[in-house]
Amino acid sequence: MSGPNSDYDPVEVAAVSPAELEAARDAALAAIAAATDLEQLKAVRSDHAGDRSPLALANREIGALPPQARKEAGQRVGQARGAVSKALAAREEVLAAEHEARILVEEAVDVTLPTDEVPLGARHPLTTGAELIADIFVAMGWEVAEGPVIEAEWLNFDALNLGPDHPARTMQDTFWTEPAEHHVVLRTHTSPVQARTMLTRGVTEDAPIYVVCPGRVFRTDEYDATHSPMFHQVEGLAIDEGISMAHLKGTLDHFAGQMFGEGITTRFRPSYFPFTEPSAEVDLTCFVCRGTGLKGDGPDTCRTCRGEGWIEWGGCGIVNPRVLQACGIDSERYSGFAFGMGIDRTLMFRHGLEDLRTLFEGDVRFTTAFGSEL
Amino acid sequence: MKAPVSWIRELVDLPAEVTTEVLTDRLTALGLKLEGIHAAGAEIRGPLVIGEVLTMEPEPQKNGKTINWCTVDVGDANGTGEPQGIVCGAHNFAPGDLVVVILPGGVLPGDQGSGAVEISARKTYGHVSAGMICSVRELGIGDDHDGILVLPPDAGAPGDDAFGLLGLDDEVIEFEINPDRAYALSLRGVAREAALGFGVPFADPAERELPESDGKAWEVVVDDAIGCPVFAARLVSGFDPAAPTPEFVKRRVEQAGMRSISLAVDVTNYVMLELGQPIHGYDADKVAGALGVRRAREGERLTTLDDTVRELSIEDLVITDDSGPIGLAGVMGGATTEMSETTTRILIEAAHWDAVSMFRTGKRHKLTSEAGKRNERGVDPLLPGAAADRVVELLVEYGGATAEPGFTLVGVAPRRPVVTIATDLPARLSGIDITAMTTVESLRAIGATVVEQDADTIEVTPPTWRPDINDPYDLVEEVVRIVGYDQVPSVLPRRATGRGLTRTQRLRRRIGRTLAGAGLVEVVSFPFVGEATFDKLGLPADDPLRVTVGLANPLSSEEPAYTTTLLPGLLEAASRNVGRGAPGVALFETGTVAFPADNGPAPIYGVHTRPSAAELDKLVEALPVQPQHVAVVLAGERRRAGWWGPGTDAGWSDALAVVRRLAADLGVRVDVASSSRMPWHPGRCALISVDGVQLGHAGELHPSVCTAYGLPARSAAVELDLDALMAAAADVTLGPDFSTMPVAKEDVALVVDAGVTVAAVEAALREGAGDLLESIRLFDVYTGAQIEEGQKSLAFALRFRAPDRTLTEAETGAARAAAVARAAELTGAVQR
Repeated sequence: MSGPNSDYDPVEVAAVSPAELEAARDAALAAIAAATDLEQLKAVRSDHAGDRSPLALANREIGALPPQARKEAGQRVGQARGAVSKALAAREEVLAAEHEARILVEEAVDVTLPTDEVPLGARHPLTTGAELIADIFVAMGWEVAEGPVIEAEWLNFDALNLGPDHPARTMQDTFWTEPAEHHVVLRTHTSPVQARTMLTRGVTEDAPIYVVCPGRVFRTDEYDATHSPMFHQVEGLAIDEGISMAHLKGTLDHFAGQMFGEGITTRFRPSYFPFTEPSAEVDLTCFVCRGTGLKGDGPDTCRTCRGEGWIEWGGCGIVNPRVLQACGIDSERYSGFAFGMGIDRTLMFRHGLEDLRTLFEGDVRFTTAFGSEL
Repeated sequence: MKAPVSWIRELVDLPAEVTTEVLTDRLTALGLKLEGIHAAGAEIRGPLVIGEVLTMEPEPQKNGKTINWCTVDVGDANGTGEPQGIVCGAHNFAPGDLVVVILPGGVLPGDQGSGAVEISARKTYGHVSAGMICSVRELGIGDDHDGILVLPPDAGAPGDDAFGLLGLDDEVIEFEINPDRAYALSLRGVAREAALGFGVPFADPAERELPESDGKAWEVVVDDAIGCPVFAARLVSGFDPAAPTPEFVKRRVEQAGMRSISLAVDVTNYVMLELGQPIHGYDADKVAGALGVRRAREGERLTTLDDTVRELSIEDLVITDDSGPIGLAGVMGGATTEMSETTTRILIEAAHWDAVSMFRTGKRHKLTSEAGKRNERGVDPLLPGAAADRVVELLVEYGGATAEPGFTLVGVAPRRPVVTIATDLPARLSGIDITAMTTVESLRAIGATVVEQDADTIEVTPPTWRPDINDPYDLVEEVVRIVGYDQVPSVLPRRATGRGLTRTQRLRRRIGRTLAGAGLVEVVSFPFVGEATFDKLGLPADDPLRVTVGLANPLSSEEPAYTTTLLPGLLEAASRNVGRGAPGVALFETGTVAFPADNGPAPIYGVHTRPSAAELDKLVEALPVQPQHVAVVLAGERRRAGWWGPGTDAGWSDALAVVRRLAADLGVRVDVASSSRMPWHPGRCALISVDGVQLGHAGELHPSVCTAYGLPARSAAVELDLDALMAAAADVTLGPDFSTMPVAKEDVALVVDAGVTVAAVEAALREGAGDLLESIRLFDVYTGAQIEEGQKSLAFALRFRAPDRTLTEAETGAARAAAVARAAELTGAVQR
């Protein structure tokens, strides 16, 4: 072999020795096989397949051979280089795989490390509870109506058949805004939203009313484990042709089942509310004992319903025609039902809350337990 | 209303198999809601018997007390027939008296909370005392602890069981009576319902043979027939004021929760409980001249039985004699004519009063009495004569009185309205298959008169004791409760065709989720505030947030107003969490705040027709302005320390990060400008606005506010007008156009005066860079040795991209240069 033929001069040169070529190839293959990592392989590649490697030099010399010798020499050099290149690729694949496997092992971490850099947020169960209830009704084709919490006395009382001397007005201890002669109250129930709905929307044959009204209400109750001056109600109102107590029962049974699970249903007892006639108290199958009145399979009575098998849930009835009249609805043609229950109380049952005050304290340990949906 | 079962059974012949539980279940189904069942002797276990005291030896003790060593004949109750030796500390009895004895093995309820006492023969004061002679207090049937219960001589024989005698086995049912069932505030009413419930005959205790009124019992002049439609008076004389109240009257009055006072008073209460008619007894010798009924006059006063001097209102109905007002009609009698221990002539008044007047008078004078409770709910107007007669009967029988001839009955009972109702209305409204016949029968069963008008219609006259029944729907409730509420089928209505949640409702949910997703916890707090609340926030005296909607009757005088800001509730909640050991807390709340509208009073309209649209507008205008707000408080550790590195505490930028995150989610571009407003730090407060509309503020809280609430330094807060934010939210977001061509990145570092805001520089760069600029982001702020004092270096990363081609270096360079030039022009920025 000779040095690089920098100034080409077409003189005769000796043909590339097959033996030398073979030796160079074998040396390359041996070095490749001996490389134990990608770093070594890189050096091997440079030594045996790089620009200055014997095989590369041999390749370059082919051009200097007499034309009749070029073909045969070219074939031999090409085969040798091909073998080396293939071996390099194969070895690289093996070494790369080994490398990757080792890195992945080395990079293993303790996946049980904590990851709570940013604490969890949550929505309040009173919000998500009201949404859950709204969704149950929206799925039945109802709409969700809302109104102001500071409300006109006429809408909170008079329009709902609670005249100024109605004994029921004393049943609801009302916050009055100043001056009281201005007839503005903190609403004592969400019923004024029903009145507003009837007054603003009216009812036609094609557009019956089916609305639920969740919201915040106020009564002058002292704050304790079961009373609060502020609490939450959901009321429902349906006005349509041919509405009966059976539709009320059907709706509440469905609501109860969706809210508390299959098999939970309702029971009516006669009661009195000025805005409904006939009126009923709604009881709910005790979802703890599922109506048996017993604690577990034992002989003790269920603590939640005190052995009754039922829990008081709310009030309901057929909308009093006097209310329809005040709200401009033809009571000869349309009838309606209405119901109302406490959201706070409903959540207390559903989630086993002992003290109403936990809902209003804002302790994040309470709220985060519920996440972002109920 | 408390009704002894024995009394109910006396008035209605209930089948033997009807237990108290069956009875209460049935009455609850009819609408008399059970509150509870009480039995005085529920906690007592016998043997409890009558004993006759045979001997009684007082024995003084070293401790100064004297005990009595007694022998008591208890018949065969002790199994031997021998006298029982019992030590007793009381002295109010004597040999020969009949007493109540509990023998060993019995159990007494024990004093309040001390638990049951088991009786056994035990050694005490040198004797074996085998049992106990009982006081009413020990038996749990009264508060009188002065001494032993001494029975009347005719109470029974030694050894007789004392349970029945004392009514200890008599269960008392307590009902919660709804306003429409005032008739059930009497045994007459409860028994009527029981008869209805079990289909057994009912003998009305108010049905009495009454003489014709001759007006001669006492002269009565009723000046106000609307306030007092019916007034009955009777007179008895020769009454023995010392006559004891018979045991059954006393017991029943006490079982009903009233105190036994004297025979005359007890009898009026007894008859009220029995029939439901409030009755007043006057000492006839103290009444001067005719009884009158009229409204009180301006400035009149009356001392009522409770020794309270009452300023009367011209709306109050009063009973008068020649001296002026002697009673607050239907509510409480007057002191001057009160019956006493010397009264022998009793004038009995039983009158029917206008319920509304009674309600107003009771409310005005803050008087609740058993009489008032019944009168304001409405009493059967046919009762006065019968009730007065029943009182006379009892006073004669038990008080040795003589019934004076004469019966005064002034006025006539108001007519009941005739209600016309379609016979199928109960079926239509209940969804139960109720026939016309059932409707008619049910209405007759409640005491109504039913006239069948034609095949489909009936005319119904409700009974006199049901003033609540005036409309067809009232009759429907009666029919349905008799058929049974449990018969109502369960059927879903089929016509609801709702439009889903409104945009606002969906946006509110979205905002809540976004805030929770940012690691914030929602809080629900009370909206009550006071001056101290605003002081704590450091609001200046003239701050508009101090102008509140006041409450006329707040629960606490410290918090007499509805809030104008959500921050106080949140800050209190944050403080509570920190106080309970939370290293950091991030809270949010959405809710209503209120600002006075000062548009005058809200009108009160009639209820017989719908108010007009203009009238409804007036109602709405009178209400306070009630926007929804959203507020955030971030206090203490915001990012926790951990194996990843140190934690960071919340600060002003966290507050703004929340605002920007919320705005970005809603597709709202908010503008942030430096501002100064309490309760925020004056140099770290941002005004947030959208298109020139101010939404609110965000930033670090003023150090004094952190101190006032006990929160970590640098706690931060946000309060925004949620309505305005939601109004700015994108309605329907259009899918953005974006290029897939390669991006060209350029960084620039600009030196500006320290007072120049990042927003200003960024806006200038944006403007100068032109349409090829895709985004711009500040990635570093430097102040220090390498630049002049009073200046800062801002490093921005600019990304350029064309919609249709790969940008050339020349294009990118030109856009960058233009951006820098515009920044230099507008903000004096110099490229570093």
